Amino acid sequence: MSNFMNTGKNPRQKQRERADTRFRLYGLTALGLAMAFLVFFFIDIIGQAIPAFHVTEVKVTVHYSDAVKSNYNKAIDHKLRRIVSRGWLRALPAQLKAHPDMIGTSAELWVPTDSRVDQYIKGHDGNGLKPKYQHIVDAMQKDGRVRQVFNTGFFTSGDSKLPEQAGILAAAVGSVFTLLLTMLVAVPIGVMTAIYLEEFAEDSKLTRLIEVNINNLAAIPSILYGLLGLAIFINFMGVPRSSALAGGLTLALMTLPIIIIATRAALRAVPESIREAAYGLGASSLQTVWHHVLPLAMPGILTGSIIGLAQAMGETAPLIIIGMMAYIPEPPTSILDAATVLPAQVYTWSTESLHGYTERTAAGILVLLTVLLSLNAIAVTLRNRMQQHW
Amino acid sequence: MKKKIILAAAMMLIAAGTAQARDQIKIVGSSTVYPFSSYVAEALGSTTKFKTPVVESTGSGGGMKLFCAGNGMDTPDFTNASRRMKAKEYKKCQKNGIKNITEMVVGYDGIAIAQSKSAAPLDLTRKQLMLAVAAEVPSKDGKSLVANPYHYWNEIDAKLPHRKITIYGPPTSSGTRDAFEDMILKHITKHIDAYTNLYKADKVKNKKYKKFHEIRQDGVYVPSGENDNLIVQKLTKDVAALGIFGYSYLAENTDKIGAATIEGVAPAPETVQNGSYKLSRSLYFYIKQSHIGKVPGMLEYANLFMSEQMIGDEGECADIGLIPLPKEMRDHYRANLKALTRLKADDLKKKH
Repeated sequence: MSNFMNTGKNPRQKQRERADTRFRLYGLTALGLAMAFLVFFFIDIIGQAIPAFHVTEVKVTVHYSDAVKSNYNKAIDHKLRRIVSRGWLRALPAQLKAHPDMIGTSAELWVPTDSRVDQYIKGHDGNGLKPKYQHIVDAMQKDGRVRQVFNTGFFTSGDSKLPEQAGILAAAVGSVFTLLLTMLVAVPIGVMTAIYLEEFAEDSKLTRLIEVNINNLAAIPSILYGLLGLAIFINFMGVPRSSALAGGLTLALMTLPIIIIATRAALRAVPESIREAAYGLGASSLQTVWHHVLPLAMPGILTGSIIGLAQAMGETAPLIIIGMMAYIPEPPTSILDAATVLPAQVYTWSTESLHGYTERTAAGILVLLTVLLSLNAIAVTLRNRMQQHW
Repeated sequence: MKKKIILAAAMMLIAAGTAQARDQIKIVGSSTVYPFSSYVAEALGSTTKFKTPVVESTGSGGGMKLFCAGNGMDTPDFTNASRRMKAKEYKKCQKNGIKNITEMVVGYDGIAIAQSKSAAPLDLTRKQLMLAVAAEVPSKDGKSLVANPYHYWNEIDAKLPHRKITIYGPPTSSGTRDAFEDMILKHITKHIDAYTNLYKADKVKNKKYKKFHEIRQDGVYVPSGENDNLIVQKLTKDVAALGIFGYSYLAENTDKIGAATIEGVAPAPETVQNGSYKLSRSLYFYIKQSHIGKVPGMLEYANLFMSEQMIGDEGECADIGLIPLPKEMRDHYRANLKALTRLKADDLKKKH
């Protein structure tokens, strides 16, 4: 023994230290890889998404003649028809009917372009823009009749089959409706279930069976909840297909086990002495739970609920089954209207062949990620602010 | 919290009660018709006072199932299909009280077998294509089935060139894949005894041989994702290879790729219209007459879809890949729409 002390390091000690270093390096490599993937993902998505926040406009002369009412193409020069967005053109007749005094006038206006022109200006090889139109656009650019502006439409309009008009508003509103419903249904039911199981139920075979089942339900593939939602809510209860109500209820089913598990863990973390003190002072069970245990468990419950809801927000699989993955360009005005959600919108765009949708897909992902990160940030802040230490 | 639970329960009840009235058209069905259908839906929403119809892509079969479920307001008003309604589906519709259905054809969908511009011209028959891609093919004596042994086109037919078989095509999730399996595999294999005899011998176990449509998985057929751009790039690099995609895509990339002819005919709007190009199919939608008048805008939607502005030769749907019907067919279906001609069981037996 004294021999070891004198020479400092013996061979086994060195070996152990080397193993230690290696172990640390493995960990570091794993972390590095994870970071590299994340950084790569963000750079890729942001790089693709940035162009979506700008759209191209061209300055053209618009003739508000009487003929425009029946054929909107007559409003602009024949050779510019494929340059200007058709979505903008076809709104003209309605505009003229609303403002009859405009008939007979003409104006120089900056108007949105067709997506192919937009892609050509952004340098994406003009995917599909015919050479003769490329020449026209080139000439207009020389005259200073082409500009890029911030794409407000992306945030103020719904989906469109014309990429230059496609936006996320309808999907965002749909997501809000759906998520609110999920929250209203899943949080109270989940918390009450957990309180009952944790504070009141006796430890019997039945409660243990329920417990095992809840844990299993938290892990089953989410598409099964879609089938369940279809059978219960749409086929049996008659909730309209594709509605935010159907989606919210289905996602609530999916989120319930997560909330129950998180709430139970939070309740269990409240020291037994608190309950005993309350009972000692003559508090009833209701008073003990309501006044003492639940407030102390709140940070854990909130964190669990927010994470559960964030997961529900990013979910698409169950929504395919209940018809929310559809072309729904108008934001819902009630929970019974057909609605779609952000991840479903991202998926729909990713399958479109026109190049204009590629950048919108990335921009949609960016918006979704921002919302999810903010939700998680709220969860972390709440936990830090409200946490109790014993 | 109890209040919230009661509130949620109350909302569900309200939902159940109000599910009957509806002011928004619902459309389901084929993913091939979906781009055109949703395009028309958007045009209807943005140029009229009607709400934009909801269009869900459920596949032709899934659409028919929802459509024929009943006359209730919770069932769709239109269903799109990339094939005709089947007699079985028609019967189901009748049984569930949907007596009056009107059938519309909006145009054609074609499949192109494409290759690099620098490749030598190639003419194939549907049978040769089937032999190149099927998982199992008839043996030399034609009596049994063997795993697909072909790796060069001249092994299938001595008249074809000595050229390696490589085919980039759509993956199983795609509508083009369905079309390809229908038009090239099922159409041919259902007439070849080597397959059908197996089916006849054991109808349960050998069900797949009734209309055999399994595609080989030994690397000769390369499923290439939904991204048709990628197939175009691969074809320009691999001159021997063939690519399968929707006709509209060929039209957009004529600078890089050309089409192989099928039974001597090149794909073009004219050859699809006159039926000489075999790899094409009609696209349909069906109208539930009992909903007309109850759901606002149904006739306006149908009229807009069938209008010259949408499905005409220079129409907006042609712009996004639809092959238009010949003029007299368009007029024929427009007349049907005007009269709301009722689809009869006998109609479905007739060929188009």
